[in-house]
Amino acid sequence: MNMQNKAIRVKGLKKSYKQLEVLKGVDFEVEQGSIFALLGSNGAGKTTIVKILTTLLKQDSGTTIVNGFDLVSEPDHVRQSISLTGQFAAVDEILTGRENLSMIARLRHLSHPRQVADDLLKRFSLTEAADRGVSTYSGGMRRRLDIAMSLVGKPQLIFLDEPTTGLDPEGRIEVWKIVKELADGGTTVFLTTQYLEEAEQLADQIAILHEGKIIVSGTLAELKKLFPPAKVEYIEKQPTLEEIFLAIIGQKMEEK
Amino acid sequence: METIKNYFFMDLSVMLGRSMRHIFRSMDTIITVTITPIAMMLLFVYVFGGAIQTGTANYVNYLLPGILLIAIASGIAYTAYRLFMDMQRGILERFHSMPIARSTVLWGHVLTSLVSNAISVVIIILVALIMGFRSSAGVLSCLAVAGILTLFTLALTWIAVIAGLSAKSVDGAGAFSYPIIFLPFISSAFVPTGTMPSAVRAFAENQPVTSIVNAMRALLSDQPVGNDIWIAAVWCIGIMLVAYFFAMRVYKKRV
Ligand SMILES: Nc1ncnc2c1ncn2[C@@H]1O[C@H](COP(=O)(O)OP(=O)(O)OP(=O)(O)O)[C@@H](O)[C@H]1O
Ligand SMILES: [Mg+2]
Repeated sequence: MNMQNKAIRVKGLKKSYKQLEVLKGVDFEVEQGSIFALLGSNGAGKTTIVKILTTLLKQDSGTTIVNGFDLVSEPDHVRQSISLTGQFAAVDEILTGRENLSMIARLRHLSHPRQVADDLLKRFSLTEAADRGVSTYSGGMRRRLDIAMSLVGKPQLIFLDEPTTGLDPEGRIEVWKIVKELADGGTTVFLTTQYLEEAEQLADQIAILHEGKIIVSGTLAELKKLFPPAKVEYIEKQPTLEEIFLAIIGQKMEEK
Repeated sequence: METIKNYFFMDLSVMLGRSMRHIFRSMDTIITVTITPIAMMLLFVYVFGGAIQTGTANYVNYLLPGILLIAIASGIAYTAYRLFMDMQRGILERFHSMPIARSTVLWGHVLTSLVSNAISVVIIILVALIMGFRSSAGVLSCLAVAGILTLFTLALTWIAVIAGLSAKSVDGAGAFSYPIIFLPFISSAFVPTGTMPSAVRAFAENQPVTSIVNAMRALLSDQPVGNDIWIAAVWCIGIMLVAYFFAMRVYKKRV
């Protein structure tokens, strides 16, 4: 079995909220140590997938293996090996940045929580603001702290749900840098985004979620091959993900 | 396969430390919780007190138990509020995605509620002492009073947990406490029930606040408590168990 090489294996994943069928049989796999981008428009179900994979929400059916552990029968082991940066910054507003980090370090039962906090503060350029209440932080600082909190304890797999939404271009580039560093260090990164450019920049593998299913997945190069053969053009132009995305959705619409 | 250790007490101390910081960083919550009961106590003692016939010489002594219950009833609204904010802000989701003993998330808030209400109670008792409150209670009676107040706080706190977990808005999270704050007014807390019209009186004499107040009053003035203390305990423990059961159900459903 090559199960060990997959950080995530999802098969036939279904989830409904009452009558609303959000996931209608989602399949995908994520290689260990890679950056995986899940693309989808508003309401496609990206957050729903993230919540299921991080044990916050129960799936209706399907098999889901995270880091070799079955999500349904071994949620504790899954939690041990992952961490989540949700769509909206999950930081404690009243505590300081340092306190937030050392709180998480204590909850992960690390032996030197203060040291861990200091290191991460430095790494995320938050040292100066470390002893200020988080309510005084800017959006970008809050996001950095949020991501820093997810790195406490060096989990093997990190979920980032729309990590750059609401950030200015500079903040976005900063987050991209962090994500790349994580992957270089061997951490698997699962990120969701609405920005096709972001997936293009970062991801080794891209999957597009549309109407409850993964309609395409693969490397950027593979996705580009799926793009309807270009008309003869005088300028050689690579299709952007944006164009691929819109083209595929367009095709699906026509099929109906 | 490695087994995952349960760090219940370690996690609980982190959770408790966190919400205690919330309280000490925003002391205004304690002030808000204590100021109204103190104002009521002043009003009742110095304005209405002369006109109220309780059969006791010291009206502050008569009043204090009910005032403490009102303080606790308004204090737990903040427990609901803090829990609601945790859910809103997503920090609860972060905790739940971590390898911690999940129930400590709730227990942290519950213990914090006990500590913060204890602080309010002490502040109000200090003010009452200045206003002439005196007690002849021995150590055991004082412990019994503390025990009743603790049970009462726990019972209301678990109701607050239900409210905090199921509220749709910040205002909704605290609204449940208003009727509870009102209960002492229709009890023996401020005036003897004997003067009330019979229907009101029947309610007043059979609702939990009356037996709790009567038990505390008897303990504080070194009088025989009779059955009141047991009725009070049964009420508090009963409410606590039922509220705990429903709080856990709501919790399991929400997470
Ligand atoms: N708790 C819930 N109860 C009912 N419906 C829900 C719930 N959570 C999400 N939904 C619905 O499920 C669908 C998918 O939501 P989800 O949050 O997963 O989308 P998303 O891809 O993350 O969107 P966005 O890009 O806006 O974050 C939406 O139509 C949403 O309204
Ligand atoms: Mg989302």
